[in-house]
Amino acid sequence: MIVVRWVRAFVGFWIDFVIGDDWTVAATVLVALLATWGLTQAGLPAAWVLLPAAAVGSTAVGLRRAAERARRSTPPR
Amino acid sequence: MNLTVSGTTFLAAGIEVIEMVAIVVAVGATRSWRAALVGAGGGLIVLVVLITALGTALRDVPLQPIRLVVGALLLVFGLQWLRKGVLRIAAQGWAVGQGEAHVDAGDVPADRFDWTGFVLAFKGVSLEGLEIAVIVVAVGGAAGALGSAVIGAAAAVVVLTAVGAATYRLVARIPRRALQLFVGALLSSFGTFWAAQGVGSSWPGGELALAGLVALYAATGVVLLHGVRGWQLPVAPTGTASSSGELR
Repeated sequence: MIVVRWVRAFVGFWIDFVIGDDWTVAATVLVALLATWGLTQAGLPAAWVLLPAAAVGSTAVGLRRAAERARRSTPPR
Repeated sequence: MNLTVSGTTFLAAGIEVIEMVAIVVAVGATRSWRAALVGAGGGLIVLVVLITALGTALRDVPLQPIRLVVGALLLVFGLQWLRKGVLRIAAQGWAVGQGEAHVDAGDVPADRFDWTGFVLAFKGVSLEGLEIAVIVVAVGGAAGALGSAVIGAAAAVVVLTAVGAATYRLVARIPRRALQLFVGALLSSFGTFWAAQGVGSSWPGGELALAGLVALYAATGVVLLHGVRGWQLPVAPTGTASSSGELR
């Protein structure tokens, strides 16, 4: 039982570390890394642009979603 | 002693040491000094074992997959902190948390060891340390002056770690919320830099691109902060959760 608890805690730790509050950010980073790898393999020297652009974009979209969710769940004053 | 080799190794290793110290100080100041220092110590132990076991064969260690894994993990975690920093400053303002000894309970458990801080410091120190070891072996081995290369790298570690230790009090004076946003930008920058290198992409300007990435992510945080305020995020009292559960 102790081992099962440790494994659960270990898996839970990494899920929280990687995914956190918004899984779409981790998913976007994964897709952007694959695309950067593909573009680099194709010989495109400016492939480095993709990763920061995707990171900034997904953070902006996630924050917008979080702000709207918080606004909707707040009762009108 | 070969002074040219020592000087070259000092400068090359110095850049890596700055990155290593920046991560440890950032994690210590925003999460837990204990976890950051234990993580850094763990990274150094792994490094010593690797150097002892591999010796000059370190030159053949494939850094690219290590950069990819460490970079991707730092990036996703850094973006989470950037997001939390923006949401909290939008709700509570910049000045909250100035001089606080502990971070929010939602981030770091008060009654348990902070494994997240440990992992962040461990990865930063072990990856950067490995790069320093490779620099020492490559420069020292090529010039036939391994001892001089070791002295140059060791001097860089001692001098820049001392500078990092001296600056931590200054870092502690920055309000916690602002620090969280900046550390999020810093971790995201290192993560982006290494992860892109890990998939084979080259950065224009080499390590200098890191400064550009830090500026980009910090500016993004500030711009998004204004955006979130514009999207009318409701104001939550300090230290309490919003109904969405995200402003912990």
